[in-house]
Amino acid sequence: MGDVKGFLKVKRQAGAYRPVCERVKDFGEVNLLRSESQSKEQSSRCMDCGTPFCHSGCPIGNYIPEWNDLVFHNQWEKAFSLLRATNNLPEITGRICPVPCEFACVLGINDDPVTIRENELGIIEHAFKNGIVKPRIPKKRTGKKIAVVGSGPAGLACADQLNSAGHSVVVFERDDAIGGILRYGIPEFKLEKKIIERRIRILEKEGIKFKTRVNMGFDYKVNELEDEFDAVCLACGSRVPRDLHIEGRNLSGIHFAMDYLIQSNKRIKGEKIPADKLLDAKNKRVVVIGGGDTGADCVGVAHRQGASCVIQIEIMPKPPGCRTKDYPWPKYPLLLKFSTSHEEGGERDWSVLTKKFIGAGEKVKKLSCVRVEFKKDIQGCPLMREVAGSEFEIETDLAILALGFLHPDKKGIIDELKLDLDQKGNVKTGNNFMTSKKGVFACGDMRRGQSLIVWAISEGRKAAYHIDRYLMGWSMLPQL
Amino acid sequence: MKYTHLPQKQGLYDPRFEHDSCGVGFVCNIKGNKSHDIVKQGLEVLRRLAHRGATGADPDTGDGAGILIQFPHEFFVTVCVNEKISLPKAGEYASGLVFLPQDNLERKFCKEIFEKIINAEAQVFLGWRSVPVNNQDIGKSARDTQPQIEQVFIGCNKKIKDVLAFERKLYVIRKQVENIIRASRIKQKTSFYIPSLSSHTFIYKGLLMPHQVENFFPDLNSRIVKSALAMVHSRYSTNTFPTWDLSQPFRFIAHNGEINTLRGNINWMRSRESILQSELFGKDLKKIFPVIVPGGSDSATIDNVFELLVLSGRSLPHGISMLIPAAWEQNNLLSEKVRAFHKYHTCLIEPWDGPAAIAFTDGQSIGAVLDRNGLRPCRYIVTKKDFVVMASEVGVLDIAPGEIIYSGRLEPGKTFFIDTKAGRIIGDSQIKKELSEDKPYERWVKKNILELDGLADKTPKKDKTGALMQLKAFGYTREDLKTIIKPMAENAQEPIGSMGNDTPHAVLSAKPQLLFSYFKQLFAQVTNPAIDPIREELVMSLVSYLGPEMNILSDGQDHCHKLLISRPIFTDIEIEKIRKIKKNGFKTKTISLLFKVSESADFAKVLENIFQQAGRAIKQGYTFLILSDRGVNKDYAAIPSLLVVSALHHYLVRRSLRNQIGIILESGEPREVNHFALLFGYGVDCVNPYLAFRAVESLVIDKELAIDAGEARHNYIKAIDKGILKVLSKMGISTLQSYRGAQIFEAVGLSRGVIENYFSGTVSRVNGASLEAIAEETIMRHREAFPPRPLDTDHLNTGGVYQWKRDGEFHLWNPDSIAALQDAVRNNDPGKYQEFADLINDQSKNPTTLRSLLKLKTQDPVPLEEVEPVEEIVKRFATGAMSFGSISRSTHETIAIAMNRLKGKSNTGEGGEDPARFTPLPNGDSTRSAIKQVASGRFGVTTNYLVNADELQIKIAQGAKPGEGGQLPGHKVSAIIAKTRYTTPGVTLISPPPHHDIYSIEDLAQLIFDLKNVNPAARISVKLVSEIGVGTVAAGVAKGHADMILISGQDGGTGASPLSSIKHAGLPWELGISEAHQTLVLNDLRSRVRLQTDGQMRTGRDVAIAALLGAEEFGFCTAVLVALGCVMLRHCNLNNCSVGIATQDEILEKRFIGRPEYIINYFTFIANELRQIMSSLGMRKLEDMVGRVDLLELNRKILPWKAKEIDFSRILYKPQVPDSVITHYCRKQDHGIDKILDLKLIELSKPALEGSQSVEINQEIKNVNRATGAMLSGKVCKRFGESGLVEDTIKCNFKGVAGQSFGAFLAKGITFILEGMANDYVGKGISGGKIIIYPDRNANYNPDENIIIGNTTFYGAINGEAYIRGISGERFCIRNSGLNAVIEGVGDHACEYMTGGRVVVLGATGRNFAAGMSGGIAYCLDERGDFRKKCNMEMVALEKINPSDAQTIKNLLANHYKYTQSLKAKEILCDFHRYVNIFVKVMPLEYKRILDETKATKKLVLGEYTDG
Repeated sequence: MGDVKGFLKVKRQAGAYRPVCERVKDFGEVNLLRSESQSKEQSSRCMDCGTPFCHSGCPIGNYIPEWNDLVFHNQWEKAFSLLRATNNLPEITGRICPVPCEFACVLGINDDPVTIRENELGIIEHAFKNGIVKPRIPKKRTGKKIAVVGSGPAGLACADQLNSAGHSVVVFERDDAIGGILRYGIPEFKLEKKIIERRIRILEKEGIKFKTRVNMGFDYKVNELEDEFDAVCLACGSRVPRDLHIEGRNLSGIHFAMDYLIQSNKRIKGEKIPADKLLDAKNKRVVVIGGGDTGADCVGVAHRQGASCVIQIEIMPKPPGCRTKDYPWPKYPLLLKFSTSHEEGGERDWSVLTKKFIGAGEKVKKLSCVRVEFKKDIQGCPLMREVAGSEFEIETDLAILALGFLHPDKKGIIDELKLDLDQKGNVKTGNNFMTSKKGVFACGDMRRGQSLIVWAISEGRKAAYHIDRYLMGWSMLPQL
Repeated sequence: MKYTHLPQKQGLYDPRFEHDSCGVGFVCNIKGNKSHDIVKQGLEVLRRLAHRGATGADPDTGDGAGILIQFPHEFFVTVCVNEKISLPKAGEYASGLVFLPQDNLERKFCKEIFEKIINAEAQVFLGWRSVPVNNQDIGKSARDTQPQIEQVFIGCNKKIKDVLAFERKLYVIRKQVENIIRASRIKQKTSFYIPSLSSHTFIYKGLLMPHQVENFFPDLNSRIVKSALAMVHSRYSTNTFPTWDLSQPFRFIAHNGEINTLRGNINWMRSRESILQSELFGKDLKKIFPVIVPGGSDSATIDNVFELLVLSGRSLPHGISMLIPAAWEQNNLLSEKVRAFHKYHTCLIEPWDGPAAIAFTDGQSIGAVLDRNGLRPCRYIVTKKDFVVMASEVGVLDIAPGEIIYSGRLEPGKTFFIDTKAGRIIGDSQIKKELSEDKPYERWVKKNILELDGLADKTPKKDKTGALMQLKAFGYTREDLKTIIKPMAENAQEPIGSMGNDTPHAVLSAKPQLLFSYFKQLFAQVTNPAIDPIREELVMSLVSYLGPEMNILSDGQDHCHKLLISRPIFTDIEIEKIRKIKKNGFKTKTISLLFKVSESADFAKVLENIFQQAGRAIKQGYTFLILSDRGVNKDYAAIPSLLVVSALHHYLVRRSLRNQIGIILESGEPREVNHFALLFGYGVDCVNPYLAFRAVESLVIDKELAIDAGEARHNYIKAIDKGILKVLSKMGISTLQSYRGAQIFEAVGLSRGVIENYFSGTVSRVNGASLEAIAEETIMRHREAFPPRPLDTDHLNTGGVYQWKRDGEFHLWNPDSIAALQDAVRNNDPGKYQEFADLINDQSKNPTTLRSLLKLKTQDPVPLEEVEPVEEIVKRFATGAMSFGSISRSTHETIAIAMNRLKGKSNTGEGGEDPARFTPLPNGDSTRSAIKQVASGRFGVTTNYLVNADELQIKIAQGAKPGEGGQLPGHKVSAIIAKTRYTTPGVTLISPPPHHDIYSIEDLAQLIFDLKNVNPAARISVKLVSEIGVGTVAAGVAKGHADMILISGQDGGTGASPLSSIKHAGLPWELGISEAHQTLVLNDLRSRVRLQTDGQMRTGRDVAIAALLGAEEFGFCTAVLVALGCVMLRHCNLNNCSVGIATQDEILEKRFIGRPEYIINYFTFIANELRQIMSSLGMRKLEDMVGRVDLLELNRKILPWKAKEIDFSRILYKPQVPDSVITHYCRKQDHGIDKILDLKLIELSKPALEGSQSVEINQEIKNVNRATGAMLSGKVCKRFGESGLVEDTIKCNFKGVAGQSFGAFLAKGITFILEGMANDYVGKGISGGKIIIYPDRNANYNPDENIIIGNTTFYGAINGEAYIRGISGERFCIRNSGLNAVIEGVGDHACEYMTGGRVVVLGATGRNFAAGMSGGIAYCLDERGDFRKKCNMEMVALEKINPSDAQTIKNLLANHYKYTQSLKAKEILCDFHRYVNIFVKVMPLEYKRILDETKATKKLVLGEYTDG
């Protein structure tokens, strides 16, 4: 522990962002990197608890108190070494993780939690800046070949782990660039793509082969895959979006959030989009349906594209501003969140049920809504009821559906391999992450269902451990 | 019950752990004039020591008593006429009692053997006399086991001219007879015993109470039984199994105390047998082996060795000073000659360490010696009629004060000796002078002892393997570096931690464990005290003498041909010096401890190979062995160092070779204090922890430490040294030399085979891991360091032992269980509680506790409604002893309120309680703690505190740090804490490791008696910690009349403890509670005493198992804090608790959110869970569950791989006892307070007690009047509260010799004036009273040269006044909070741990004055000018007297003169100007600083002295 009294002396200073007026004008990262001295000061607040709930709350079990202490003592290199031990993509989680750790921080019981995410980012950016992040090429190769399908956070983490254990790994990506949801699902202003590039370069140097534009099952035959590789790990994500089945859904100007975000990212990259395919919010009245993080990302993009107004609606009631009894510490609570996009303007509304889209011709013009309230039935299950006379309409030219994802796409590899699915439609595996097909493993959203990036990393790491064990009989890779 | 001897080892009971402690004394005519009076007086002494002995379940059966007298030739001649035995002249024959089997045939067998051996040894068998005995008034169990007692007469072969030669022959005869009968197959062989066989002395003894001796042996009443000396002994055994043979005196000694290092001493003696030689014995010597009779008590064992030394020609003082040397190592007051004498003998034999007052005699001379710590009282009086009486107490004979020439005491490490032939007393300095001049020791020592430090440095070779790989190979974790190594290298301190241990036992852990982790440190409790290695450093020593040993029965310069090692941890350079040594014939052989991993690891074979190499090395004349595991690589791993060390030690002991070689370990394995303690405890001489040094170095290289490598290494060694001293001291052992090989550990989870083969003599009660499992663990660790496919990692494993970590060791308190419990109690949610209870109870995936391996047998259930209600169950719940100080006021009071609402009990902890809390709150709640703890620091233990209790708990030990004291640093002593502890804010408060009024079991009985007197309504409980032998201790405590005994588990929490203590000291409660229950049942003491247990109790299932194992009450602590919001930060020692629990920081305390309801909810959940279990077991009442081990069985299915051989049969053992023996609490103890002197004082004080009127009482007093004033004081406080009465309202004038604890807890308004003398513990806990003691007016010795009060006086004094005209024993005014005292001379350790008050000493002081003194002021008249040498200057400065000091002294002296007519005081007052310059002011540094800050208040305090 840096300073036993640190938490009493220093107040939490959350990470800073570029000013709204400036940042809405471009797609540059909103996050401002903190100075090392600030990181050091903030890390002194960590109490190095006998029972570090942060370390427990973090899905990948980051050694948070340990690296906080090291940061405090200017031991950046050691801090990096420990960070790297549990996290394959700290520069990503350090930017966009929704911090289950901070919600579990003991200091959060009666004070503001430690700025764990910013400390993490501080360490990894220090490491990059000072050339500490070096490719580590395995000294010995096992001769085993493994295919990782999907290059999102789960796939990358899995590939990294397996490669470090000496296996030869090929990562297949159906899109034109590596990163999966990191690359195209997350707006540039939250995660600049050069951050991903930087990581990929290292992974390549370490020996991982990346093959883009390979749509498994279509461009590449599954039996070839099985023949060529000793094991396969599927990490294709959960991309089938939840749709909104209401009247007027087939009007134009209604799009899935992911389509909107992907296109936006591609445009920033410089890709030319044909006019008839273009999704642009410029001078449009935008409604984002769905109150989650993806919805918030859409709000931010819409502002940057010059939307005339943006409103984000959510069917559930407005979450509380602080913990309720249902979510006692150290649980990850359901709280009202303000993302940077919300700071940038727009409206938010809750307890809003969409009834129908109303169009002018083929184009959407209005969204008809009604307010709802939730009561608990005798069993305690919430019951939704429309509030009589509360009908209202929202004028819109662009409606974005950010209602979450259902399950992975069955077409292609899942069908080809005839993999068993669970009730929700995700790929079913045993505790060892192996699917119903021997030698084929699955991890990430594809297995777990839609979740956080940090969970995807966790999945990828665990799958790697089991694949290594499957191939070699035992594994030195971490099991957690 | 019928036993002819100690019952066999059964269940968890093991007779090896019986303790005794006793009253000892002698009377003697200095000129050697024999008389029957001496015998009578001896018996009188014995009777008056009766209260120091004990009785068990059968009140008429004592633990043993006896008397040794000179050979009563005249008497034997007379009685032998009837027996038709014709006796030769005095000195030409010998005799002795013989205890024989009751069975006629077996008796005949024994007698025939005896006669045969007499003949074989060419002596004359003269006959047997049936010794008349009268067993009318002895107890039933004594009678049932009484042997046939006869007397054998043996004539001396005419060829033997020398009397001592005849004695030697008798010894040879006795030893052979003993050996033959012990080896025979007769059933009653344990009845056979020869108390003595001599032509000089004769012993009458038996399983008797002191007063029964003379009736039992009518011989003793014969006027012709005459002696010039009589040595007597009254035994207090922890336990009541009748054993006639363990009564004392033994042939040469009578011992009060115990030998802590016994196991080591026995092994070393055994090793020595091969080289023993004696010209005097010649070939006979072989016949006496084994020197030590197996199965004897510690006292019997030391008698065996002393006997050998004396009979082989050493004088009594010589022999005894070899076994029990003074603390000479750091005593610069001794002459060089005397130091050389001791140094020489240290090369011969290690000290027999432990508290001891030993009286010894050969029939002609008699003497006594006290151990180096002076832990037993020993007083003597010399009269004008050449008479000496020496005993544990003064007042054991009525001696006219006018007759007394000298009243003295035996001082630590000193000998008192009377030679009746020469007709003189020889003082200690004379004895030592004579001994030291007997041989040219000084020259021998100078010439022959080589000092390691004096040898030239040798550079070690550089390590080739990288540090990281090596660290991995030896299982180092990041936590080891950060939590263990770093604090040691940084501050030279052992790392401190807090909260308890909730990780799996080594045998259950899924992680590979170092072999060290299977062992638990044992510690002293009750039967002997722990030592304070910091404040009483002067008795401690880490010095070793390496090299082959010589015959201890001869002397010569070769005997000290040794290498002197000042500390046992070698640096790399030092071990290199030894490796290359080529001086004085020393040479060193290195043996590798590596084995090839690829081969199957057959450790037995690896060890055998090492044994062979060692054996060869000894043959080849090597003097030192280095066992080295350097060079571990991917092919070679190291065998666990502890295994090799112990196995080789035992191998060599068995072959009597161990003394021939010094064993040095060079290993990468040891790093923590506990590791080193284990290695030394199992026999290694020195250790070079090369890898720990590399770890230290790597911390420096990594800039984790801001010091250079040399300093860091130095600090690390210093920390280990200190830690080892602490481990020694908690067992009451002072020197490493005696600790070495003493095996003061218990193993948990090692198989019988491993223990028997390699750790012989170590206790291991649940079986467990085999040698194969240990090998597998070693290989697992090695594989992790050198995997076939190494990952590119640059860090070590996590560890997670001291903190919870996801990839670390499992903890029962983890984020899930903590969160579930808090959620449950806050929302009163039974479902959540169930979730919590499941997380704790079901450990099938992570077995952690022993109890988790048990399962309950299902029975016919009873309906839940019929099970006793929650309200009844929760009354049996108590919360742990957490002081206000360790936890915040809000927390402390919240717990008290909850427990009072539940009618359970909360505990003050050590540190007093604000009297405001004794009054209930307006809403009916009460913050008063039902249990008031009395701990070693006695902080806030006022009379008023004691009377406001339902239970008074004597804390002997604490689970997290048994055998250790504590310290509250000054900066944490806030105004409010200082107020409740009756000390000064800002002054450091030290709790000593032992209670200084409990050095033995009879002392504990005395404290129980004291407390019961103060508050007869409160039950008295004694808190012990689980370890092997806790059962016998509990039996002793039950016999000492405790009402309740708490057995704490090792894993309990703490505010601050060394980590090694939290993890490695003590044992789990499952073992402790069952052992205590079983032993109490076997003794039929169980029904007299309640049993409570605690230590990481969490759920109803825990309670159920505790009850089935024998507990009827249950304590909770950590779990209660968690319920109140604790999240196991484990920062309690930092005053920095972020949830406001373990802190005194006001800002943080505001963060406390706990409520009494949470505790109430929690305990209700537990009670309900318990009720479910009870219902399923068919139990309606908890009482019916107590001790029902038949309802438990081992759950074999969940045993982890290492633990497959675990065996709980000893825990689940049910002692076979008759139906009449009740196996749970049902009857009250008889405290014997219904006929004490205080009842009379109270009666006479009625006007004062009822109407505050003055009374004056005149009263005779004797040593049997103990704790006088305590009950009266209790009454005063009960009636008038803390403020008591006006000064001198109750004035008592006593005349005579007061018993122990005179004026204990004397309340304000009571004045005790004693004309005469007093024993130990005068004025303990005095709370405002006044005590005046001066010698009898008829006495004409010099008061300032004679002792008048005993040891440990005014211990924990709160305030009041004391004027003592005379000298006190050791530890005057120890831990004084506010008493003003004047005395004319003090023994060692005066004013130790003092925190307040004023002490004026007008005469000489002993050594170690003011050790640990953090407050108050002492003024010492330094007439000899040597005070500085005797003062411990760690915490004090010596200053000149300033005018205000002068006024204080003057006022106190004026009082002293007025009350005691002290001539010394008068003289000083008359010439004050001159004397004032001779006074030295002893001023604690911290206290001075604080007083300077608050000068104004200081004046006020001084004002009080002026009146009176």
